[in-house]
Amino acid sequence: MALELIDITKRSGADIHIHPTSLVLPEGSFNVLLGTTLSGKTTLMQIMAGIQQPTSGIIRFRGKDVTGVAVQQRNVSMVYQQFINYPNFSVYDNIASPLKVAGMSRAEIDRRVMAAADLLRLKPMLKRRPSELSGGQQQRTAIARAIVKDSDLILLDEPLANLDYKLREELRDELPKLFAGRNAIVVYATTEPSEALLFGGNTATLHEGRVTQFGPTASTYRTPKDLQTAQVFSDPPINTAPVEKRGDRLLLFGGKSWPAGAAASRLADGRYTLGLRPHHVSPLPVSGVSGEVEGRVLVTELSGSESVIHLDVAGSTWVSLSHGIHPLEVGAQARLHADVDRALFFAPSGERVS
Amino acid sequence: MTKIENNRAWWLVLPVFLMVAFNALLPLMTVVNYSVQETFGNNEFFWSGTTWFQQLLHDDQFHDSLKRQIVFTAVILAIEIPLGLAIALCMPRSGRWVSVCLVLLALPLLVPWNVVGSMWNIMALPDIGLLGKGLNALGIPYNYTRQPISAWFTVVLMDVWHWTSLVVLLCYAGLVAIPDAYYQAAKVDGAKPWAVFRYIQLPKLKHVLTIAILLRFMDSFMIYTEVIVLTGGGPGSTTKFLSIDLVQKALGGFDLGPAAAFSIVYFLIILFLSWLFYTLMMREEAK
Repeated sequence: MALELIDITKRSGADIHIHPTSLVLPEGSFNVLLGTTLSGKTTLMQIMAGIQQPTSGIIRFRGKDVTGVAVQQRNVSMVYQQFINYPNFSVYDNIASPLKVAGMSRAEIDRRVMAAADLLRLKPMLKRRPSELSGGQQQRTAIARAIVKDSDLILLDEPLANLDYKLREELRDELPKLFAGRNAIVVYATTEPSEALLFGGNTATLHEGRVTQFGPTASTYRTPKDLQTAQVFSDPPINTAPVEKRGDRLLLFGGKSWPAGAAASRLADGRYTLGLRPHHVSPLPVSGVSGEVEGRVLVTELSGSESVIHLDVAGSTWVSLSHGIHPLEVGAQARLHADVDRALFFAPSGERVS
Repeated sequence: MTKIENNRAWWLVLPVFLMVAFNALLPLMTVVNYSVQETFGNNEFFWSGTTWFQQLLHDDQFHDSLKRQIVFTAVILAIEIPLGLAIALCMPRSGRWVSVCLVLLALPLLVPWNVVGSMWNIMALPDIGLLGKGLNALGIPYNYTRQPISAWFTVVLMDVWHWTSLVVLLCYAGLVAIPDAYYQAAKVDGAKPWAVFRYIQLPKLKHVLTIAILLRFMDSFMIYTEVIVLTGGGPGSTTKFLSIDLVQKALGGFDLGPAAAFSIVYFLIILFLSWLFYTLMMREEAK
C-alpha cells in the first residue's frame, strides 16, 4: 500500500534530469526531498504526480500501475513556492475549488472547507481575496486547498521558501500536525537540511538528478552512505579533507597529524576523505580524542546563542558551529578542536567506510 | 533649518512645473481664452461669455460627429480588444517563433500614421487596389469614395490593422508574466481550458486589459490623420469624426471662438469617459 517508483528516469535530449531512481513511499508517511536548486526535486515530484511522464520506468500506486495516467485522474494536490490561488475567488471559494470540480454536495463542501480553514486558522478571512492577504495567509490558503480534498498524494514544493523568517517558523511547526492522522503520502521538497531534521519522517537526498540515499531522516543524517549525501545533508557545509591513516595516526594538512580516534580505528591503513560536521569542530577543547585545526579567521557569524567561525586552513575553508559566543577577530590566527571520534571517513569512491 | 530645505525643494520641482506649464497648462489656457471671446481679425477680441458653448451644444453637426465618433470607438474596441487577446493567447510562449511574431506584430505600429492612410487609400481603390479590386471581382459592390458602408468598412479595417498589435503586445506581456505554477495548479485541480482562461488568465490580465482599453479608447476617440488621408471624412460627412470636424471648423472656417469651445468640450468628454472606464474597471478590485 504505497507509491512505488521503479527505475524512473527522465531525459530531455542529451540532458539527464533524473538518473534511474527507485523509491517506495509508504501510505501516511512524510517524506522530504532534500537537495540544492536544480538537483531534480521538482522534476521528481512532477513525475510522482503525473504532471510529467518519466522517460522510462514504472510508477505504481497501491499496487496499480499508474505510469502515464494524467494528474487529473490521480487524486493529487500540490503546493508551490509561489503562492498560487485563484486571484478573483475569495479564500472560501479558493479552498472549495477542488471540491466543486469533483462535484461534491454543497453541505459537504461547506463542512470540509470549514474544517480546513479551522486547521489553518483562516476562518476570519474566508471572505477576503488572495490579494488582500499577507504572504503567510496566501500560502495557508494554498495549503488548505491541498488538504481539503483528501488527496492520496500531497506534494509541497519548497512551500516556505518565499515566506519571511517568522511566518516560516510558524507554518513549519504546524505542517506536520496537519498531515498527522491522514492516509496521504506527503512529499516535501526543500533545500534546507534543518527543515528535513525538524520534520523527521523519511528523507531522500538528491544530488544532480540522483537520489543518493533514502531512509528515516535521523539515520540518513547520522549514517550517510556516501560523501555526497553527507554534503547535501549538512548546513553549514560539512568539512572535508584528504587524510592518510597510518597506524594510530591520521596524517593531514601537509605534515600535521591527529590521533586516529574511535571512528578510524577500524579502518585499514590508506587514503580516505575525512568529513567533520561543523558542530564537531569547536573553539573549546573537546572531551574525547581531539585534533587541532589551525588557521586564519575569515568570518565569524554570531547569532544569539551560536557562533559560526570560518577558518582558512592551508587554502581550504573549515567551518565551526558552536554554542555560546566566541568573538574571534577576523584575520587573527585561531586554533579549533576537532572531535575526531565523531569524524566520518569516506573511501576514494565516495562510499562511507566508517 | 527646515525652511531652507523646503525652499530648495521648490527649485527641484520647478523644471517639472515649467514643463507641464508649457506642455499643458499654457496652451489649454490659450484655448480657454479664445473660447470666451469673439474676434473679427486685427487682433481685436470681444468678450462673448458662454455663447460658443451654447451654440456648440445645439449644433447638429457636432451631435452627428459625436455620435459617429462613439459608434466608431465602440466598434473598434469591440473588435480590437477580443481579437488582440485571442492572438496573444495563440502566440507561442517560448522558442524562436516568439521573436518572429513580435517583430511582425510591431510592424504596423512603426508605420507613420499618414502613411497608413495612404497605404489603405491605394489598397482600397476600386479600380487598381488589391482590396478594392479584389472585393469587386468577388461580386461585392465596393467603392469607399461613394458608399458610406464601404468607407466605414475600410476605416475600421485600417484601424484594426494598425492598432490590434498594441493590444496583442500588452496582453502577451501580461500572459508571459503569469508563473507556470498557476497552469500546473489548474491542471492538478482538473480545470478545463475555459476555466483556466476565465479564472486565471483573465483575472491576471485585468490591469493590462484596463490599460489596453484606455489607450485604444483615447487614441480612437482622437483619430484624425489616417481617416483624413483615406476618406477625408467622406463620402459626404459619413466618416467625419470629432477631430476632423474640429479642424474643419478651426482652420477651414477660421472660427477661433467656436473651435476653442469645441476643443474644450472634446477634451472634457475624453477626460470624463476615461475616468468612467477606469473607475468601472477598477471597482471590482475595491469590492
